[in-house]
Order: sequence, then structure tokens, then C-alpha cells
Amino acid sequence: MTAMPKWADITLIPLINLILAFVISGLVILAIGEDPLEALSVMIEGALGSSYGWGYTLYYATNFIFTGLAVAVAFHASLFNIGGEGQATLGGLGVALICLLIPWPHWTVALMAASVSAAAFGAFWSIIPAYLQAKRGSHIVITTIMFNFIAAALLNYVIVNMLRPKGAMDPATAKFPEATHLPSLGDILNSFGIPFAKGTPANVTLFVALAACVLVYFLIWRTRLGYQIRAFGKSQPAAIYAGINPVRITIICMMISGGLAGMMAINNVMGEAERLILGSVEGAGFIGIAVALMGRSHPVGIVLAALLFGFLSQGGAELSLWTSVPRELVTVIQALVILFTGALDGMVRAPVERVFLALSRDKSGTVRGPAE
Amino acid sequence: MDFLTILQILDSALRLATPLLFACLAGLFSERAGIFDIGLEGKMLGAAFFSAATAFTTGSVWLGLLAGIAASMVLSGIHGLASITFKGNQLISGVAINFLASGLTVLIGLSWFKLGGQTPALQGNARFSGIDLPFAEALSNVPVIGPIYAEVLSGHTFLVYLALLAVPLSWYVLFRTRFGLRLRAVGENPAAVDTAGVSVVHLRYAAIAIAGVLCGLAGAYLSTGLGASFVREMTAGRGFIALAALIFAKWRPWYALYATFLFGLLEAVSNRYPSLDLGAFTLPSQFMQALPYILTVVILAGFVGKAIPPRAGGQPYVKER
Amino acid sequence: MTAENGGQPGSAAPAIELKGISKAFGPVQANKDISIRVMPGTIHGIIGENGAGKSTLMSILYGFYKADSGEIYISGQKTTIPDSQAAIASGIGMVFQHFKLVENFTVLENVVLGAEDGAFLGPSLAKARRELTELAREYELNVDPDALIEEIGVGMQQRVEILKALYRKADILILDEPTGVLTPAEADHLFRILQGLKAQGKTIILITHKLREIMDVTDTVSVMRRGEMTATVQTSQTSPTELAELMVGRKVLLRVDKTAPNPGEKILDVTDLRVIDKKGVERLKGVSFNVRAGEILGIAGVAGNGQSELLNVLGGIQTATGAVRVNGNDIDLTGKFSDARSRRARSIAHVPEDRQREGLIMDFKAWENTAFGYDDDPEYQSGLLMDNSAIRADTEGKIGRFDVRPANGNLEAKSFSGGNQQKIVLAREIERNPDVLLVGQPTRGVDIGAIEFIHQQIVALRDQGKAILLVSVELEEILSLADRIAVIFDGHLMGERLPAETDEKELGLMMAGMTKETSNQEATA
Repeated sequence: MTAMPKWADITLIPLINLILAFVISGLVILAIGEDPLEALSVMIEGALGSSYGWGYTLYYATNFIFTGLAVAVAFHASLFNIGGEGQATLGGLGVALICLLIPWPHWTVALMAASVSAAAFGAFWSIIPAYLQAKRGSHIVITTIMFNFIAAALLNYVIVNMLRPKGAMDPATAKFPEATHLPSLGDILNSFGIPFAKGTPANVTLFVALAACVLVYFLIWRTRLGYQIRAFGKSQPAAIYAGINPVRITIICMMISGGLAGMMAINNVMGEAERLILGSVEGAGFIGIAVALMGRSHPVGIVLAALLFGFLSQGGAELSLWTSVPRELVTVIQALVILFTGALDGMVRAPVERVFLALSRDKSGTVRGPAE
Repeated sequence: MDFLTILQILDSALRLATPLLFACLAGLFSERAGIFDIGLEGKMLGAAFFSAATAFTTGSVWLGLLAGIAASMVLSGIHGLASITFKGNQLISGVAINFLASGLTVLIGLSWFKLGGQTPALQGNARFSGIDLPFAEALSNVPVIGPIYAEVLSGHTFLVYLALLAVPLSWYVLFRTRFGLRLRAVGENPAAVDTAGVSVVHLRYAAIAIAGVLCGLAGAYLSTGLGASFVREMTAGRGFIALAALIFAKWRPWYALYATFLFGLLEAVSNRYPSLDLGAFTLPSQFMQALPYILTVVILAGFVGKAIPPRAGGQPYVKER
Repeated sequence: MTAENGGQPGSAAPAIELKGISKAFGPVQANKDISIRVMPGTIHGIIGENGAGKSTLMSILYGFYKADSGEIYISGQKTTIPDSQAAIASGIGMVFQHFKLVENFTVLENVVLGAEDGAFLGPSLAKARRELTELAREYELNVDPDALIEEIGVGMQQRVEILKALYRKADILILDEPTGVLTPAEADHLFRILQGLKAQGKTIILITHKLREIMDVTDTVSVMRRGEMTATVQTSQTSPTELAELMVGRKVLLRVDKTAPNPGEKILDVTDLRVIDKKGVERLKGVSFNVRAGEILGIAGVAGNGQSELLNVLGGIQTATGAVRVNGNDIDLTGKFSDARSRRARSIAHVPEDRQREGLIMDFKAWENTAFGYDDDPEYQSGLLMDNSAIRADTEGKIGRFDVRPANGNLEAKSFSGGNQQKIVLAREIERNPDVLLVGQPTRGVDIGAIEFIHQQIVALRDQGKAILLVSVELEEILSLADRIAVIFDGHLMGERLPAETDEKELGLMMAGMTKETSNQEATA
């Protein structure tokens, strides 16, 4: 029915949405008395102008790839997982326990074990909302939000009462042992003779994230499970007709989603902080929603959108350092991206579709077809 | 626990229930008209900021209240635009509104007051003060009833009494007026309303506007009645608890009162006893903080009776071909 | 029933006159330059296939859509109808195919909705209650004003819709496919009501695809085809064959070409099947029957009498108690193997009643839909992944053999017409070579050209010795396709008949819950 070509749907529309979000953010910056163009140049310089900036941008992007994939996988089953924040929090606990309790010989083994543990903890945190959605029809949006709050309280209890070293004041675990420290992106690139700033948080997890993208691509578009997830997401009655078990698909899909969100912890907890700090997810779980919407729930789109939000996060930090524009600008941009790509999509889409329709009519005259 | 402590907890519960009640009724009007509203949290937050900021700047809490309502209405308008006019996803729109409010309140607050996102403390006419109900003093010596009247019911701010009044008012509007009939119909079957020659769009915008006003009252109460300044993220999930209360209340005004009072009571108890000593073991403070959310999940799981939401909830109205 | 030629042209202004109405939805032209005149006090039929543009035209008249061009005259006055409010003000009432009622409101509240007097409900409801009693007396439209809509039957709900229009003082009543959900007896009652309204001077437009209704009740009839009005004639001066040809644009075969059946052994054996739905209502109340190899068993009945549940149970979508045997082996009705996938493994294929909601994923491409329900087929696997090129190749073959148009497996299911969508489903299910084929409403929303093809495919499968269970609400389809007919009413099978030994009248009585015996009793009582 639509005359809009596919390329426009996946590139033109997100681009217009993004421009709208940027223009409005620019107006906000103007309103608080700063120069938006200068702000933009500070952000670009700070996030992309040096390998140091890139080190941070890529670090943030790694987080967002995981949480973006998490939201996207659930989207394919028409499930809206707002629980990435809580699942990543639990993933952090999984990483901390693995790193603190077991003496690892080498970071490679530790990374593998921590990945499994992070995914398992994240998946575990999504089971109850998934089960309640599938079996009792409790809205997963609300339950996952509640589980974010519960996760924060749980981690608070575990860290403060159980994992905090004696005498320490700040709510955090002890530093992880040396053998679990992951090589930074600088270390890796330098060993290949590529110059890259040391001391930035981007680390080997970036490659794990990219591998996760490839795996998610194959999962969703090339496996039977992915086929069933997509079918279920498009039409539940049809899925039941085809013999796809809705409870099974909901739970499996949410566990994969929660697992991906949990795996973010190998980046921020194991790769960056090297200990578990309360509140270390810092909203990355929510940014995953914007990333998945903008990236059209496709791994390639998610990588690009994650880079964009990585840039915004690092650029925003630089901005708050050098100007009076605070980091919360990123939250505003994130909100606007979610609004335009997710909720106000029709506002942008309808006029674009009309343009394409007019173009196709000019070419071929009126198209006739069956009505009703 | 003596009688006075119980009275103090009940008094505190009533205060804490008030923002929940306003927000819950806001959700009730919105969802009865078929519009899901997870943006209650954001609207409250926006209202809380703008009422505190305006009240501080002008020195008038009433102007603050109006500004809070206006801020909440603007966010409601965005939600309406997304979910009614452009037929977008109501859940996503709500999420966006929550982030928008969360980011903008800090952004504007920082540049306005330079206090790390807070507003300065409100004093005098810039905040709501308690109203002593008539005869509170005189009756306070009457056993049982007297102290309940004087300690629990009397001495609250105007907004607390307005919230209590909003309950029967909402009931009357929904179930005894033409507008209420149409509003409930549009949440059940918008096509029936449309073919009866009534505009679905107008009705839904009206519902959303009412929700905006009520959320504005909820937010204004938080920063100018319950508290005396705006603090970052001061809603702290109350919008979601109100949503849970709405489900608990099965979308009915009187039940909304009971449900929000229960949650208010829970918060009052956990404020009073950060870690609750139950003899055999002690409930840690973190558990008490998480309790409303845990309870909400239990309610959502449907173990406390099945709640049937309005049938057209969450779906944008598209004319059938 | 006497159908007089209504109104003398020229003596009065037409109740409705449309001139040159056109309407497009995106690239689809739903109505093209349509003109029509309906005289007051007449019943005017509009007939056409699914998708001919009938409903669109009436929705324009009711202010649901705005026409791209054209003019509307009501009683000779040029009018614009921007919304339903304006239509109601012009005296137009409409009874939609899918009723527009609020399920958990009372009859009274539904009637009043949108036509209240004043801001408070009390007086409005009291006034409506008085008027409803009068309308009921005048037009045989009895309903309980305090009953909830969800608790009354469809026939009653339809009366509420008519009452809604009359309460709003409608002079022109449009009914869109009003008999789809009614028993023949209920339909006759409806037509009596319509005659009564006509006698009071009301103008009625009846939209239908059933030729019999047109011949029985209308004074004049217009035929629509592919968005255009092809003819308007006096009903008394035309014939069903002529109308059918005008609808389709060529000569059509109304009967299916098939040889006598050659039934073999029992393939599907159903005993005492019972289904209780989520609300606790018993939908199937002990149904028993069997289908033999090389035989089509048709289940006739008005929609909503348990036939959907029957298909769902056999297709593995719903659980039930009782026993179902296929080739002599029991199949699981409640346990782990009661799902649709297990049914397919037992060689039961299922063409569902609602292909857009169940049979296809509308957003999936045709080739992806070929694997739907059969994604575990070893032919479609390559290691851990699905072998998409194998599925594509299989789809190409199916498209060719089932004449799917356009012949492009990369198009999404939603971009095919109803008939071609059904061919995609049929190709997928029939080519599995199942022992049992369940078919629900095979030709609903399908153009006449494709109906013949679909019927031929079903008969061909029967001739290969397969057992076929056909569920259809179209009596004509059952009579022409089935080798044996069972009638379902209120969760019971009312009895079986052979097509040659029964007729629409007898089946119609059974569909209304009466057997010959009981209806004789009633006649003598």
C-alpha cells in the first residue's frame, strides 16, 4: 500500500527524526543562553577530535550496543523491555561475583566466565516479568520498570551489607584482582602499531559487542528461533495457529534480551571500573530504547545509533566541563529521539510518504487496485 | 507503638497518598478514554519543578501551582499529539515524556538557579501551609475521634483536601454526566462514539487535558506542599506507583482512593521505621524501599483479583475501511 | 414478498443522489465516478463482490471518509457530509457490518450515546426509555433497555443499531451486509422490519453480496464492480444470473464441477468433543462425527455456534475434552502434544477461517509465509540455520502451481489480494499432502474468479482420498462442495444430511436450532 521505498524507511526517516531532535535541542541550548553551534563544536572536538575522545565515545557506544540489542531483540517479539537498566545492574553483580570469588589465571578465561555470568544474571532478572507477561498478562512495560527499582534496592543491599570491604565508605566492592583486568583498546591497537591514547575506558569488550551484533543478526533472520520470534511479534494468533508456543517464545526472547543487557556489565564493571559501584549503569539501559528505535532494531543500525549516542554521551560530558550546558542535555536528546522515532513517527512519515506517492504518480499515472 | 504514633503515621500516609491520588486519577481519566499514560511520572516531575521555580521567583505559591499545571499540560499535549493525532505508540511516547522531563528539569534548573538542579528552599507564601479544620482545637480532647480529627484530618494543605474532593467529583463526572458516558465509551469502543457523531479526537484530548491538570496538581503538591523545594528526580517512581494503584483500583475513583492510601501508608511506615524489626528478623531498609514496587508486581501478577482494563486502551483510533 | 417499483421518477426529489463520487486510498482507487439516485420510500440494493467499493461508498455517505470529488444531494438539497454528525443531521442512519456498540454499556446507554439531551445523564436516559418503548411498538423492535450489550445475541444487537438510527430521527437507513451473522429466520424478521420502515416512508439502502436478498426485498438495485457502478436496474426486471454476470463481468459457474464421492475408511473420528471457553461458557457440547477418506464433510451453521472452536480444537489452537482419532490413533487434546505443531506432525493441515489474522503473517514476504507452521521441515534447514534459498525455491513452485498473482515470492503477504493470499495458504497446506485437511471459510473475501480455483483444489485433494472438513457460513458453498452436511447450532450437531436430499430451507431451520420434528410440533402447538 505504501509507495515509500525501503531505503527511505531505514535512512531518510531516522535522519529527519534526528535532525528534528537536534534542532529542538539546539533551541533548548539557545534558551539557556548558550550558542548551540559552539556547543556542537565542543562536543565534536571532545568526542571525536582525538583518539582520547574516541576512547570514551567507543566505550559508551559499547554499552549502548548491548542495551540497544537487548531492546531490539524484545521488539522483534513485540515486547517492550524497559528493564535494561535493572538487567544490566544484575549483570554487574554477576561479573563482580565471578571476578571476586574465583582466582582467574588470565583475563581471557575471566572474560568468558564473566560474560556467561553477566548474561545469566541479566537473563534471570527478566524471567519473572516475562513469565508474568506470558502467563498472567501483566504488562511487561510496567513490570520491567518495577524490576529496575527492585534491582537498584537489591544491589544496594548486596553491596552495602555483603560486598563492601570493611572500613570502606563508598558503596562499592573491592577492586577486582589484576588477572581479571581487560586490555584497553589503546593497549590492543598499540600492540599492532596503531597509535591510540592509553588510559581511555574503551576495551576489548567492544569486540565482544560487535560479535554479539553478528550473532543477533543470525539469530533473528537466519534461525528457526528468530523466525518464530518475528512471527510471534507480528501476530500472536497466527503464531499459535502455526504451533509456536507463546509462553516459551516470550520467556526465551526476554531471557536473550535480559542477557544482552546484562552483558553490558563486562564493559562498564569489568572493563572500566574494575569493581562494582552502585548505580554504575547510569541510564545506559534506557538509552538502549533510543538506540533500538533509531537503529530500526537491526544490528547495523544499532551499531550506528550506539556510536551516535556514544558521541553524545562523551560530547555531553565535555560540554559540561567547558560550558554551562550540563550532561543532562543527552537525556533531553535521548528523549527527543525516542519521541520522534518511536511515538511521533507518523508526523514525519506521512508527509514523506505523500512526497513519494506524488513522485510515483507523476511517473506512472494513477495506480489501480482492489479496495476495502 | 502507641496511639499517637499510629495517628502520626496515618497523618503522614494521607500526605504521601495525595500526590499518588492526583496522579492515579489522572491516569484514570486518560486510560478510561483509551490512552495509556506511563508519562505520569514525567508530568509530575515537570510540574514539581515549574511550580517550585515559579513559586520561588514570584513568591506566590498560587502562581507556582498554575505554572506547574501549565508544564504538565504541555507534556500532556505532546502525549496527545503523539498518541491521538499521529496515532503513535502510547507507551513509547510516555517513556519519552519521562526522559524529557527528567532531562529538562535539571537542565533548566541548573541554568536558572545554579544549585545543582535544585530550586532554593521555599518559604512563606511560596509554599502551601496547613489549614486547620474548624473545631480541630476544640475537639482534640474528645477521646479517639478528637485526636483522629485533629491529628490526621486537620492541618493539611489545601491540595490534600482538593485531592480528597476530586474522588467523588471524578465519580460523578464519569458516571453521571454526558461527558463521562462518552469518555468511558471512547475507551471501550471508539468506533461507537465516532459513528454516533461524536469526535473521538476531541474526547481523548479532553481526557488528556484533565490528566494534565491532575498531574500538575500532583507535582505542585510534591514540591510546594509535601516538600519545600524541587529536588532532582523528586518524583522517585511515584508516577509508576500511581499507575499500579490504578490497576489495583480497577480504574474506579473510589478504589483509587483506597489503593493510593495503602501505598501512602506503606511509604509512611517505611519512612518511620527504615529497618523494620519484626522480632525474629529485621527487614532491611532497602527492602522497605523496594516494597511498593514488589507489591505492584504482585498486584500486576493478578493474585489480587483480575483487573479488566478499558478495551480500547493503548490503541490509536483508526477508522476501519 | 411483493417488491413494487418504488417512487415515480420526476414526481419527487430523490432521497439521496450522488454525482460523480471518487475516492482513492493511497494508490488504490476505491470508488470511481459513481452516480446513483434513490427515491424516497424505497428499498435500494447495492450488490457487488468483496472489494468492489460498496462499503467505501456508504462510508462516504455517512461522513466516515471524505470523497476526493463528487456531489451529494439529500432530498434535492446539495449537502456536504464532513463527519458522521453531519450525516446524522441530514437524517442518515447506518447499521455497520461490525456493530458499533459499547459492549459493557446497556442498550439504553448505547442508544443515548451521542444523542443526549443536556449535560446530565439522568433526564436523557429517562427520555430515551420512553421513546424506545414507542419505537418498539411501532416497528417490532423489542429489546430490553437495561440489558448489557455483551449479554444479548447478535440479532438483538442489530436491533439496537436500528433503534440508534431511529432514535436520531433517521429517514434514510443504510444497512451494510446485515444478514452475515443472522440465521435465515432472523434475516426474515429483519426484512419484515425493513418493510415496515419502508411503509412509514423511510428510505433504505441495503448493501449485500447475497443475490437472494436483493431479489427478495429490494425495489431497485445497483451493481458495483472494481470501484465502479456498472448498472442500476429495477429488481423486478432482472434475474440473479444477470446480476451475477454484472458483478463479475463475465459468465460465472455457480456450481462446482465434481464427481460423486468415493468414501473409504474413517480417517477423522470425533467423539463427544466439549469445549469450555475462558469465560466458562460451553462452546461445544458433545460433538461427534467422522470424516472418511475421499470425502468432504461440510459443517453448516450461523457464525458463532461453535464451528470456530471445532476447527481450533482439531487444529491444535484450543484444548478440549472428548476423543479425536486420526487413522485410528488418539490425538492429544489437552497435554503437551495438543499444540498446532503436533497436529501437523499427525498429518492434519489447517486452512484457518481468518487468513489475515491467523493463516499468514501479513508483514512477512510470501516465501517466509511458505514456511509458516512448517519451519521445522528438514528440507528448510541447513545446519543450525534455516535454508532460505530452499524455502524461496519451494515458494516459486507453489506460486506457479497455484497461479498466485503477482508471481513474486518477495512481496509481502499484505500486498496480495484476498484470493491470492488464500492461494498462498492453500498451496502451503495442500502440498503437505495431509491425511486430514481442515478448511474454514475458504472463500471469504475472495473474488469470484479465485473461488472456482480454490473449490477445484479442495475437490482435487478429496479425489486423492483425503478427508476434508469444510466449515463455511455460506450455505451455497456447503451445498455445492460438501459430500455430506452436518449442521451446527449452539455447540450441538443438529444432524447430518446429504446435499441431494436437502435444501436451503431445511438446513436453514436446522441452523436456527429446529429440526423438522420440532418445527412440526411448533406448527401444531
